[in-house]
Amino acid sequence: MYNTVLSHAVAMEGQLVKAAPFSYHAPETLDESLALLAEFGDEAKVLAGGQSLVPVLALRLSRFEHLIDLNRIPALRYVTGTDGVTRVGAMTTQAAIGGSEEVRRRVPLLADATAYIGHFQIRNRGTIGGSLSHADPGAEYPAVAVALDADIVLASVRGTRTVGATEFFTGSFTTAAGPDEVLTEVRFAHRPPDGCAVVELARRHGDFAIAGVACAVELDSAERVQSLRLGLFGVAPVPVRAAGAEQVARGTPAGELDPVAVGHAALAGVSCVSDVHADAGYRERVAAHLAGQAVARAVREAREARHG
Amino acid sequence: MAEHQLEVTVNGRAVTAMVEPRLTLADFLRERLRLTGTHLGCEHGVCGACTVLADGAAIRSCLVFAIQMRGSAVTTVEGLTPEGGGLSDVQEAFRAEHGLQCGFCTPGFVVSVTAWLADHPDPTAEAIREGLSGNLCRCTGYQGIVRAVAAAAAARARREAGHD
Repeated sequence: MYNTVLSHAVAMEGQLVKAAPFSYHAPETLDESLALLAEFGDEAKVLAGGQSLVPVLALRLSRFEHLIDLNRIPALRYVTGTDGVTRVGAMTTQAAIGGSEEVRRRVPLLADATAYIGHFQIRNRGTIGGSLSHADPGAEYPAVAVALDADIVLASVRGTRTVGATEFFTGSFTTAAGPDEVLTEVRFAHRPPDGCAVVELARRHGDFAIAGVACAVELDSAERVQSLRLGLFGVAPVPVRAAGAEQVARGTPAGELDPVAVGHAALAGVSCVSDVHADAGYRERVAAHLAGQAVARAVREAREARHG
Repeated sequence: MAEHQLEVTVNGRAVTAMVEPRLTLADFLRERLRLTGTHLGCEHGVCGACTVLADGAAIRSCLVFAIQMRGSAVTTVEGLTPEGGGLSDVQEAFRAEHGLQCGFCTPGFVVSVTAWLADHPDPTAEAIREGLSGNLCRCTGYQGIVRAVAAAAAARARREAGHD
């Protein structure tokens, strides 16, 4: 990879540059950025935290005529909670999310997932909007969004629309956002669960996951599973909601829930991907095991919360 | 492509330069300002050798464009040493605890640890390992680095308690 970088590097007046040239735009309002996108369409790329996009550009895996940097739009950085809805602005950094009391209290699954993203130096720049838009199959936030039925707000000069997380992710690194649209906000309507957990297997700490699971559980007054939410990542081109396993668990007394069985049910019907890190069969076994672990951990947390 | 005017503070000094937007912060620091203490290892955000502070927050200088730092205050490893020379407390701890061998990764470690200790003044051994996970060293086996972080934290705590 290092040689690739060098062969693409161009020495210009004593300065080394790597990415192909682009026109740089740093709008200070959302409207300005939308106007730029309307003008340039798919010749333009939105730059959020840049923790994935900048290396893609530097390695010339991709090139764009125009880069529209959203980092000068403070209005896109916020966490607000009203009634049942927590709204997170697209340019809110992973570090800000990880440090937010509001997120910890209202969307603890999002807080738990944050610790797995890269390292603190990456989280200082990386954003939730960037994570979701980049749609890396091994990323944590997309699976959290899918597990919690988050709504994703897309804006363009044509107006604003809201897309459910499950519909938003259409393929590996591919989303439902149009070339003139910007992801502006993520809405979590889910009320805080009684227990939640994120577990993953990665080759090194901070890497994208080979397989991972985000899990949230609610218990009813008789301590039966009222709802179980399972989002799998790393296993398929898009984050997977394990609806079958969720259904099986519903109504089961928490003390009788068999996490191993739920874990296996979570992978039923999922066709896992193979790559250089792991083949499909291995991914399936690991993911089933992790799903069981996540369920066990979330249920334990929920019961402990009950019993103090 | 058009060059843009970049006004940025680097190690306390105001700098104005014309830059191509595709120039990364790391290359700007090294090639234009000749601040070669910031090292480039992997150039895609994995190794941590190029870590600098942007308005106090540790970031990968290979993963931002220099132009994005317009109006910010950037601190490189050169900016961590006390005025008049010598070593910072983190650097001193790395030396005392043999936290380096070849030294290539060291600037990134020193900058990262400087930022991290500000947020984690009393870290556990486990937390130190987590805090160091974003920087790679291929020589030391990390033991000396972990000791250096613990030593720097302890020295700060002693200073703050008024001893020493």
